[in-house]
Amino acid sequence: MNNPRAHNTTASHYRHISLVLAGFALLAFFLADIDITTRSPGTELGRILAGLIRPDFFATDHLLQATLFTLSFAVQGVALGAAVGFVLACFWHYRSVRMASATVRAIHELFWGLIFLQLTGLSTLTGVLAIAIPYSGIFAKVFGEFLEESNSKPAQALARNSGPLSTFFFAKLPLVWAQFKVYGAYRLECGIRSSAILGFIGLPTLGFHLETAFRQGDYSAGAALLYIFFLLIISMRGWLHARLIPIYLLAALLYAPPLSSNTGASLWRFLSHDIMPAPLRSGYSGDLTFSRWALDLVSQQAVPGLVNTLVLGSAALLMTGLIAIMILPLLSRHFSGKLVRSGANIFVIMMRTTPEFLLAFIFLLALGPSMLPGIFALALHTGAIIGHLTSRIADQLPIPSNSARGLNRLSFEVLPRVYGNFLALLLYRWEIIMRETAILGLIGIPTIGFYIDSAFAEFRLDRAFFLIAVSVILNLSVDGLSRTLRNRLRLHA
Amino acid sequence: MYKHLAVSLLALVLVACGQPEKPTFTFTAIPDQDEARLIERFGNVADYLSKELGVEVKYIPVKSYAAAVTAFRNNEVQLAWFGGLTGVQARLQVPDSSAIAQGYEDQFFVSYFIAHNSTGLSENNEFPQDIAGKSFTFGSKGSTSGRLMPEFFIRESLGDAPDNAFSRVGFSGDHSATIALVQSGAYEVGAVNYKVWEDELAQGKIDTSKVSVIWKTPEYLDYHWVIRGDTDSHWGKGFSDKVQATLLGINDPEILAAFPRSSFVAANNDDYQAILETAQSIGLLDQ
Repeated sequence: MNNPRAHNTTASHYRHISLVLAGFALLAFFLADIDITTRSPGTELGRILAGLIRPDFFATDHLLQATLFTLSFAVQGVALGAAVGFVLACFWHYRSVRMASATVRAIHELFWGLIFLQLTGLSTLTGVLAIAIPYSGIFAKVFGEFLEESNSKPAQALARNSGPLSTFFFAKLPLVWAQFKVYGAYRLECGIRSSAILGFIGLPTLGFHLETAFRQGDYSAGAALLYIFFLLIISMRGWLHARLIPIYLLAALLYAPPLSSNTGASLWRFLSHDIMPAPLRSGYSGDLTFSRWALDLVSQQAVPGLVNTLVLGSAALLMTGLIAIMILPLLSRHFSGKLVRSGANIFVIMMRTTPEFLLAFIFLLALGPSMLPGIFALALHTGAIIGHLTSRIADQLPIPSNSARGLNRLSFEVLPRVYGNFLALLLYRWEIIMRETAILGLIGIPTIGFYIDSAFAEFRLDRAFFLIAVSVILNLSVDGLSRTLRNRLRLHA
Repeated sequence: MYKHLAVSLLALVLVACGQPEKPTFTFTAIPDQDEARLIERFGNVADYLSKELGVEVKYIPVKSYAAAVTAFRNNEVQLAWFGGLTGVQARLQVPDSSAIAQGYEDQFFVSYFIAHNSTGLSENNEFPQDIAGKSFTFGSKGSTSGRLMPEFFIRESLGDAPDNAFSRVGFSGDHSATIALVQSGAYEVGAVNYKVWEDELAQGKIDTSKVSVIWKTPEYLDYHWVIRGDTDSHWGKGFSDKVQATLLGINDPEILAAFPRSSFVAANNDDYQAILETAQSIGLLDQ
């Protein structure tokens, strides 16, 4: 900064934004409740370890069924999400489409699940829609941006009188089709994860038994479920081929038809009564006014929830960055041999597959109740993903074999060149971290997700709906801020 | 390929629409402990009920108390084994439903307050005033023994909401998790269903050098069976009475072990008025 020539270089921009982010996150750490208060975690942690070493694959009944449901919901949900997202992407230039997509993806699939439990009950349809709706928003955004960024020359070369449809199918779609397919495969992995996690709220997927097993201290059964889950994700490369997808989809539809026995009555009741603020309902007999209701909700739940979510999310962002940079050399061919890389790769897959909920539960036992378990859980998960993606970019860099080694190579050769991508990924993940704090609410960390979960537990759907709307506003703001920063820095992941 | 898909889809829809309405009587239950193998254990209960009632009976597993109430409200289940609080919540959601039976033990249920031994607290007959300012964990948010009654006694004795009375308040989600968290010292004090504590103690899962009971709450009513009011119109007049009689008549220890209760005794909605008022007094239900 002291050197006048250093102004307005890419490096100075990066430094600037990194300092601002780190400062913000350090402030968050300062504000966050991060005391370690545990006393004798050894026994329970030992039990978890014993469970992980000796998984019991026969402790859970209907294990195959749970696995098939997990896959069925995921395949159907992702397929529907991709189809709707694809249609939306064609209208990506409309602001309203962009806003609608951003809104549906700002709501965590768990909350979509809790909403649809009211409407379509414990049915396949609930599982499919809880995945398809947020995913359609994500697909719309990603597909829309692919189309926007695609080369416009072929379209310009078409005859003047070509209609918009033929332009789209002959001059636009072919350019991005391959990208669509790669992204779709990645989303299916996320979909399997989402599908499993929907078990936490009662759908019959692997998460149903996984959560019960860990919550009840049956760690051998829990470990077995976790390993099956890892296996599903790791083996995807072997069974996921484009031409097999229609067969999988058909099998999923046959195994778990997306039907629900509930009728339109529950939808009407939901809209006209359940989500209506209690004082505004017909037949309300209490003495609350709407403004009192809203004020109490904002001051007692929304504001503390938002503050905690922001503090936790920002602290987790900093730790995510640190973990990603620490993992990077272990994953990259510029630093590590094959053995270390494979080991690190397994670790990364495990971290990004294990539901944050489980990581947070283990840290809660080890460290005691504060924000620390949540911060560690989110940061390990996201740090593993960013470290993995950054290492793939780093591996493409040509680095002369006679250049510096070790820490010097990392600090002066590799990091400066991948730092733009790294920052872009981090900023891009910020919104996702915020959204994932929701799940930590389920183990009692008072994020906005905690209050939403409480409202559902108390059957105060009006409050739940209001708080979900508040969390949407938070996520949209973080998304907007992150996009502004990325655009200003011209960052691309 | 796609053509096949379309044909199968169409067939599927036709099959789904063409099925005649043959009502299956469906129930759900979450035991207060050991949720492993629910389908197997309650499948036996379903078979038993089916035999006694002469209609097809199905059990569906649910994850949480809230999910059980939602399923009951949506008529996905017509009969449910609820906790004290959730039963009240369910009857508020489905106004013509009624409590028909409770567990024998549920007539005099208690919660235990347990503490990590580093707190120096020991068992006493009086409410442990010294827990003020410590960290405290409840069980599930909708649990009667893990949340409602403990919170009531805390407010009564400490004169403050838990958030203000304790340094930290958690919701472990489950009685076993509460024990694990207090035993590890993550929380200093917790409240737990007495049956779960006794059961885990008997199984040797609890290290009493680390965690012990410091107070037993006064007695209250807990788990009970609730049936929807419209069952008679689907399964015939007197059906809900028949369900009640069947539940009260269960004496097969294997069936009872699923809950686990020694027997069921008659109950009605009025029995739970105190639970309703308690929930209202701590703000869990609107007045």
